[in-house]
Amino acid sequence: MRESIIMKIHYGTALGAVVLVAVHILYRITMMSFGDSLEYENVVANYKFIPYAIMLELILVLLSVHGFNGLRVILLELKQGKSYEKAVNYGCLASMAILIAYGSRTILMTSMGMT
Amino acid sequence: MADTQIAEDQSSAETSTSKIVTLRIAKSNPEKDSVTKFESFQVSYERWTTVLDAILDVKKHLDHSVAVRYSCRQATCGSCGMKINGRPRLACFTKISELDSDVVTVEPMSNYPIVRDLVVDLEKMFDTHKEMKPFMVREDTEITPNSRELLQTPEQVEEYIQFANCIKCGLCNSACPTMATDSSFLGPQALAQAYRYVADSRDKGKNERLKIIDDSHGIWRCHFAGSCSQVCPKGVDPAMGIQMLRGYLLGFRK
Repeated sequence: MRESIIMKIHYGTALGAVVLVAVHILYRITMMSFGDSLEYENVVANYKFIPYAIMLELILVLLSVHGFNGLRVILLELKQGKSYEKAVNYGCLASMAILIAYGSRTILMTSMGMT
Repeated sequence: MADTQIAEDQSSAETSTSKIVTLRIAKSNPEKDSVTKFESFQVSYERWTTVLDAILDVKKHLDHSVAVRYSCRQATCGSCGMKINGRPRLACFTKISELDSDVVTVEPMSNYPIVRDLVVDLEKMFDTHKEMKPFMVREDTEITPNSRELLQTPEQVEEYIQFANCIKCGLCNSACPTMATDSSFLGPQALAQAYRYVADSRDKGKNERLKIIDDSHGIWRCHFAGSCSQVCPKGVDPAMGIQMLRGYLLGFRK
């Protein structure tokens, strides 16, 4: 994939994450007190509310893509070499996929009541 | 006779204004070892004495072994780039008096392999410069007797003209923080030159150049520190050129 496409995704995910995390935080502090919103029952209730669960999934994807691409960029600037760069590219991609899969599993299981 | 007298008087008056500066010159020879030693020399200078004049004075009278590259002495050839008091500058374009310091330290430019003392190897910079195809790309380049000149409006010239002032001295690459860690980065010099031709209305090689710079060690690795533009002795603004090029790649500019 061309670097400009990757960077468009990078900037897009950053903007998307800022918006959705803002909604997430506003939801925490406007619906009830922030302390109460972190109670076990209230957190589980959030996951069971499907639109909110979808938003959490989106935040997970956006932050994982943005974060791991950021890490890839940092590592590419730190050291150079063909095999090293290949390892960094595929390593970051695999780590991103694993994190998204694990996070999605958590969101899915909680929303289905498998806690 | 009278003229000679006046000249002598002026000369003696000028001599009386001379001051002394300590010139610290970094000396190293990577072929022998990786040690860099600083040698200090007391040099007298006038208001108009440049750092290059002082180095050449040392070379002539105090230490013949000092290695320094220079040619035009008027900020045109870009040969005498070095770090002067920690900042990349042209030695021929920097007066000692403007440094406002009793000690002037000269070192080879950062981000380049050292050849010896103050001389660095600029080969990689010239290679990346060539990579940018620094020439007009179009099928009808040759002007035949029946063809017309490639006309441009003043606005079209304004788009790129400052970037055509680059003298390839390499100070921008030396000041670039990304160049310090990413040895494969194209660098502000090459990217500014890419913009110079991309923004030229006569050129037809825009897509080729954008493809070259759209690499994992290309334009996206610039963090917009802006130090390249700060140190350019010709007033070129590579940081701005890089942002303009990003505009083309992101689709904001056509």
